[in-house]
Amino acid sequence: MTLDTTAVTGTDVVLSVRDLSVVYDGADPVRAVRDVSFDLARGEVLGIAGESGCGKSTLAYAITRLLKPPGRVASGEVVFHPADGPPVDLSTLHGEPLRRFRWNRVAMVFQGAMNALNPVLSVRRQLADVFTAHRPELRRAEREERCRELLDLVGIGPERLSAYPHELSGGMRQRVLIAMAMALRPDVVVMDEPTTALDVVVQRDILEEIDRLRARFGFAVVFITHDLSLLLEISDRLAVMYGGRIVEYGRAADLHAAPAHPYTVGLLRSFPRLRGERTVLHGVPGSPPDLSRPLTGCAFTARCPYVFDACHHTDPSLRVAGTTRAACLHYDPALRPDGPPEALRAGRFDSGPAECAVEEAGGDPPVDTTGRQPRREAAEPPQASTDPVTAQAESAPERDGAAPETGPWPPTGGGTR
Amino acid sequence: MATIETPRDVTGEVVPVVVPTRRPRWRGLLRSRKLAAGLAVVGFFAVVAVLGPLLVDDPNLVSDDRLLAPSAEHLLGTTTTGQDVFRQLVVATRGSMLVGLVVGLLATVVSVLVGVLGGYAGGHADESLSLVSNVFLVLPGLPLVVLITDYVQTRGALAIALIVSITAWAGSARVLRAQTLSLRSRDYVDAARVSGEPGWRIVTFEILPNLLPLIAAQFVFAVIGGILTEAALAFLGLGGAGSWGTMLYFAQNSQALSQGAWWWFVPPGLCIALVGAGLALINFSLDELINPRLRVARRPRRTGPA
Amino acid sequence: MRYLRRKALFYLVAVWAAVTLNFLIPRLIKGNPVDAVLAKTQNMTPMSPEARRALELQFGVSDDPLWQQYLGYLGNLLRGEFGLSVAYYPTPVSKVLSQSLPWTVVMVGIATVLSVLLGITLGMLAGWRRGTWLDALVPTTTFLAAIPYFWLALVLLYLLGGVLGWFPLNSGYSYETTIGFNWPFLRSAIYHGILPAASIVLASVAGWLLGMRNMMVSTMAEDYVLTAEAKGLRPGRIMVQYAARNAVLPSVAGFAITLGFVVSGSIATEIVFSYPGVGMSLVAAVANADYPLLQGIFLVISLAVLGANFVVDLLYAVIDPRTRQAG
Repeated sequence: MTLDTTAVTGTDVVLSVRDLSVVYDGADPVRAVRDVSFDLARGEVLGIAGESGCGKSTLAYAITRLLKPPGRVASGEVVFHPADGPPVDLSTLHGEPLRRFRWNRVAMVFQGAMNALNPVLSVRRQLADVFTAHRPELRRAEREERCRELLDLVGIGPERLSAYPHELSGGMRQRVLIAMAMALRPDVVVMDEPTTALDVVVQRDILEEIDRLRARFGFAVVFITHDLSLLLEISDRLAVMYGGRIVEYGRAADLHAAPAHPYTVGLLRSFPRLRGERTVLHGVPGSPPDLSRPLTGCAFTARCPYVFDACHHTDPSLRVAGTTRAACLHYDPALRPDGPPEALRAGRFDSGPAECAVEEAGGDPPVDTTGRQPRREAAEPPQASTDPVTAQAESAPERDGAAPETGPWPPTGGGTR
Repeated sequence: MATIETPRDVTGEVVPVVVPTRRPRWRGLLRSRKLAAGLAVVGFFAVVAVLGPLLVDDPNLVSDDRLLAPSAEHLLGTTTTGQDVFRQLVVATRGSMLVGLVVGLLATVVSVLVGVLGGYAGGHADESLSLVSNVFLVLPGLPLVVLITDYVQTRGALAIALIVSITAWAGSARVLRAQTLSLRSRDYVDAARVSGEPGWRIVTFEILPNLLPLIAAQFVFAVIGGILTEAALAFLGLGGAGSWGTMLYFAQNSQALSQGAWWWFVPPGLCIALVGAGLALINFSLDELINPRLRVARRPRRTGPA
Repeated sequence: MRYLRRKALFYLVAVWAAVTLNFLIPRLIKGNPVDAVLAKTQNMTPMSPEARRALELQFGVSDDPLWQQYLGYLGNLLRGEFGLSVAYYPTPVSKVLSQSLPWTVVMVGIATVLSVLLGITLGMLAGWRRGTWLDALVPTTTFLAAIPYFWLALVLLYLLGGVLGWFPLNSGYSYETTIGFNWPFLRSAIYHGILPAASIVLASVAGWLLGMRNMMVSTMAEDYVLTAEAKGLRPGRIMVQYAARNAVLPSVAGFAITLGFVVSGSIATEIVFSYPGVGMSLVAAVANADYPLLQGIFLVISLAVLGANFVVDLLYAVIDPRTRQAG
């Protein structure tokens, strides 16, 4: 595969992911992550964006070796480069070495408003657990001191050490989780929707906290969220995922100024610009592809307004597209000698016949009439039909015939006709 | 479909199969081998209960063939008074199954009334109803049933079933109440209420259909409980139904054990255990319907995990 | 400590309900129970006038208004007076109970504790290691759970006591020993108790195992278990402190239901083993229409079960910090 995404040449890389694929085994294996490659530079923030079901969390679990059966890494590698030693291929770690590696080098911050803290253990026990597991030589008093320092780092008083999670507010729980991730001064912190269920003010505080800690300790962050606008603000570089693949990758500023992939264009249109005039909010109509079915072409065809013949046959890989890299056949000079359509370059997302919902600014996402389940995340932005139920159960874009696993790169002879 | 209290999956994503549709997925149930095995066993005993007594001779017929081991003539041997154990077993099936069925029905009706109505009504009605169910839950069932049975003079199968039901409904009522409470706060119930649907319609058309798998499970559970309690009651000498428990009572009192007459006391217990296991298997598949996470991971979740 | 207050209040109501049911049931059911008793006991020793009077008192065959009878009944209970037993006439019911209760409490108590510990430990392991041999045992335990306690006891007694002769066939101790705190007696009591206790454990362990295993499976999908794994904690600690500590809560909360089964089951089990406990007294009471004894047994078992549940609810407050929340 191409190493297109490894653009940080000359920089100090701390984590490199190569051609990573994850499969959920079963009667219809789900290819949740497909050939993902990227390099994470020391101290940078890499944002990973995408709607639910795009594979971003699975990617995080694959990187941290937390996948549970039936999920498994089908191919590819994740290599960690310590500042002081030879690189470590994470897939070779098992048992005790894997346990010791965890949290020491790569820590993780889960969505704390949910259930990431054990409800029956005090904050003290849950923080101290890290030290008993990784720094057994510490004495009780030293552990206690470290725990106090950790809470102090995130601006929580030491009296909260004895508190239980249910006695803390959502924001405070998130801070405890961040403090916990700092315990062993890791090189990389993977954050999975760390601010999603929090209200906007608390969200802002948490982001500033992360920024401050990063400036102080210099760890790199992989920040995963469906909130693209947030990522544009905080990330150095950005990867947009769709259907298990990275469909666009580049510096956050470039991606914001000139998105290349139709999907990114659609996403960027689905929230008001940070600056500038208010625009009408549009979703990206349709739902994510069913990854348990073989894909013959680009995964986005069913929802793409710019779809053309080749899209149905060739699964595109990342290639240079203006200032970013995008997995879109419109940027293949062999197929599109004249370059991408004018509208796409202009950042317009003209929905095709599948258009179903155009909501006014501030309106609710389209009501799904089949689901009728309780709203699960209060702070979900109006991202059109990202309803998980329809997304997983009903979505069945027409796909027939077996296809090559992924589109070969470069496409042989301009793709099959 | 019922909820799971913790609807997040390993991947941090909401499990899509938990609350996907308002209609329970009965179709998946039909494919379950556990259910097929359970239904086969229970169905077999149900047929025996209905037809069996018509096909065998009088089980109380005394003869001189005392305490004979199983043979071609007496399939399961004879008792100390020369009665045929096999015939007794067939006839007793009706008594045990009848009590189980009636207990199941009565307990389910009461628990639905108490649990669902209490849970939906809320307020003082709910408070007092759940207090009553909780009290009945902590009071030891068998001693209470023994106490009542001993005072009651009539001891037909129905009378016994009625008494056993008194202690059999409380657990289900509590489970159903909790589930009703959680359903009551769902969006679609709110919507129905706001749109002015009357309470009885909401309970009948919005809440009960969602509770159906749970009610079915509680019914099966109550049938098991009814059969077991009746057996214990009969074993204590308080039976009147002519059941498997009654057989065990006579076996125990006739020293079947010390005389080594295993053919007398093994078959009735085995029948109880088989019916119980069959019902438990049915309940297992209902459980898996209610809580998909318990299903063995044969198929993966069809999610593109986020 | 709102939780404790509520629980204490609830158990007071439950005790009151048990006491009152005990008072009402004979009075609600038609017919003169004393005549019924006499009809049943006629072919035995003739009843003395005192006994008849005692019976009448016990059954409320009196012209006093109901509330006065009720107060008198409550007063008697407070003094520990349950009347005279018919079956063991003229022994007071309280004495019959004080002789049989310790046997049941010790044997059933130990069996219950063992079965809870065993079931929860095995359930934890089966849930933790899903798909291994231990988890494959789960369907077998379904079958075990459906077996009536007393029948399992019969079969065990037949095989281990009768055929193999490893265990005594009946009673709670060897009659050659004298009851008391002496080694020969204790040894024979333990020896006699093994088989009844084992049959109770075997019959009841499945319920705990299944409940714990299913909760364990659900709990292991929780984020905090994943967090614990990401933290690089040792597997044993994740299993016990993160998964099992949370998974065990419903089992503890539902203790009352399971305990009810165990108590009912052990009553019948005692009969199989002719174990000199409350269950045997109950059979004697049923056989001899000994209503005072029957009522006394019901009350004592109820109070014991309520007490056990209260203790477990206190324990719940210790293991689940959320219940300790003030307010």
